Amino acid sequence: MSSIAPAETPGAVARDRVTVGDAVRGWWQGVRGGDLGSLPIFIGLIIIAIVFQSQNSNFLTSGNFVNLIVQASAYMTIGMGLVFVLLLGEIDLSVGFVSGVAGVMTALLLLDDGNAIGAIPAIIIAVAAGAAIGTLHGLLITKIGIPSFVVTLAGLLAWQGVVLLLIGDRGTVTLSNPTVIGFANDFLPTATAWIVLLACVGIYAATQISGRMSRAKANLPTEPIVLILLRVGALLLVGAIVVAVANDDRGIPYVFLVLAVLYLFWTFVLNRMKFGRYVYAVGGNTEAARRAGVNVDRIKIAVFAICSAMAALGGIILASRLRSVDTGAGGGQILLYSIAAPVIGGTSLFGGRGHIKSAVLGALVIASIDNGLGLLGLSSGTKFVITGLVLLLAVSVDSLSRRRQANTGRA
Amino acid sequence: MTDSHPVLELRGVSKSFGAVQALYQVDFRVAAGEVMALVGDNGAGKSTLIKCIAGIHPADQGEIVFEGKPVSVHGPKDASRLGIEIVYQDLALADNLDVVQNMFLGREELDGLRRLDEVDMEKRASKTLSDLSVTTIRSVRQTVAGLSGGQRQSVAVAKAVMWNSKLVILDEPTAALGVAQTRQVLDLVKRLGQQGLGVVLVTHNMHDVFEVADRITVLRLGQNVAEFATKDVTPAKVVEAITAGALSKVPGLSEEVLA
Repeated sequence: MSSIAPAETPGAVARDRVTVGDAVRGWWQGVRGGDLGSLPIFIGLIIIAIVFQSQNSNFLTSGNFVNLIVQASAYMTIGMGLVFVLLLGEIDLSVGFVSGVAGVMTALLLLDDGNAIGAIPAIIIAVAAGAAIGTLHGLLITKIGIPSFVVTLAGLLAWQGVVLLLIGDRGTVTLSNPTVIGFANDFLPTATAWIVLLACVGIYAATQISGRMSRAKANLPTEPIVLILLRVGALLLVGAIVVAVANDDRGIPYVFLVLAVLYLFWTFVLNRMKFGRYVYAVGGNTEAARRAGVNVDRIKIAVFAICSAMAALGGIILASRLRSVDTGAGGGQILLYSIAAPVIGGTSLFGGRGHIKSAVLGALVIASIDNGLGLLGLSSGTKFVITGLVLLLAVSVDSLSRRRQANTGRA
Repeated sequence: MTDSHPVLELRGVSKSFGAVQALYQVDFRVAAGEVMALVGDNGAGKSTLIKCIAGIHPADQGEIVFEGKPVSVHGPKDASRLGIEIVYQDLALADNLDVVQNMFLGREELDGLRRLDEVDMEKRASKTLSDLSVTTIRSVRQTVAGLSGGQRQSVAVAKAVMWNSKLVILDEPTAALGVAQTRQVLDLVKRLGQQGLGVVLVTHNMHDVFEVADRITVLRLGQNVAEFATKDVTPAKVVEAITAGALSKVPGLSEEVLA
């Protein structure tokens, strides 16, 4: 238990506590008071693993593990963008088809018809188009005052139309560009994966220790060094297991690297930058933020732009995995899985509470269920019913723990 | 103390909203180190007056003199630049942010790499709270949601005084508080005065007024009908001024009717 606790709330644990014992006690009191953090998710993932492994011994194989990462990657990417929108207490229903538009655009720009451009420019154009779409949504929501539900519901319809118009009578566009396909289908060399892991753990340890040192210098309460070492150790252990298992099969897919960079970047933006602070403030109390001089409209527009740009990136990752796009691009369960991911991960639909990691963990849960039920050969109907129940369960756990937090004055 | 140089002085301030004369020729002054109570019945113009000072509703007529110099305040930003801070009744705190984050909202400090300088902000927030002898807050990294009403009021006041402010206006600070928490906040108000700030306490509560105020200004129907030194007056007299203070002009009525 004690090794899970510090790992899931880096930087936030026990700022004013002195000993490891105090920290653990404080964490346990928090859990009893309803401040569960990511604990339900970890328990959920363990239960999922046990249930599926007992039904089909292929679930916990290294090959399936790599598949799982790739399957979850698009939901993780789109979900990370949605975290921002949910933090404001808004919603974006258009992310599915915005991802479709970007996927189709990338495929068309790379179409081998003599006018193909490079992979990188194509990706940049598609993501920029996503950002422009989000800016449009944001302007409609802030300047005209249409609720985000309605604007993005209209977007859901309109951008689906754009997907169909772009595809035209081609039906299916095959991706042949090796760089774009490589995202989801190529793998890091074994040694490189280890080096990347060590670099990540090293950077994490360095920031943790330097943060603690500057707090100590300023005479602020610091957490015990043992706790930092435990967290770094836990990260190293989990990372090493992931890399070792993946290397046992095809290796770490490049898309995993993209996700890691996105995760670190957006976590930094939310926790260490003014912009992130303002996103939380607007979601927590819009009026307070406005009176404090925050340009609320600008924050909202930027958030919708980020969300659609991330959706676009998710669409490109999806296209890369499937090696083609068709008239169904962006449809199906993409929207609902992408919204469910951060919600299952613990981001509140009412704004103000949530983290980037919720999208990653939630998408992992959804992809595991999807993948596991697929291995069991169950029908789509059964899959959807079970995924729906899991979503309901996650939100119930969240609501109950929130009520408990309110009762114990932690809220 | 009460005769010292005024930090804020309003001279003949009038404000009307369409046909409604909300303020008529109001004179008002607060000295540094003084707690001035601003009392009056509902609709007497207390809120309009503080909004004129804050620049939310600029006055139609009259002069605002701050530290001896005439100033024009066109918005909350002008006011805070001068050193005027207002703590509104609803406090304007974000529940999901912690104490430090709330106190620095909109004025975050950044380090050399444009990251939020949490260490420095936490240090300054803790110092401000301890300067005000606010000891009831266990940790400045606690979210505001978990604080009591009195603690929230303390955070809002600390947020207001952190920026070298010279005048702090408190709008009904004890309205929603229990006995012990009212005590905390009134002690805090006294300390603000002792630290040399000008304090305007807008309230309905006579007990609070006689507990902490040095002087009392009474508004009635948009006019300043009386100004007392607290030690020379009884609550009954103040209540009388609130309900029946002599008006120089009743909006909508001619002078003869008044006489």
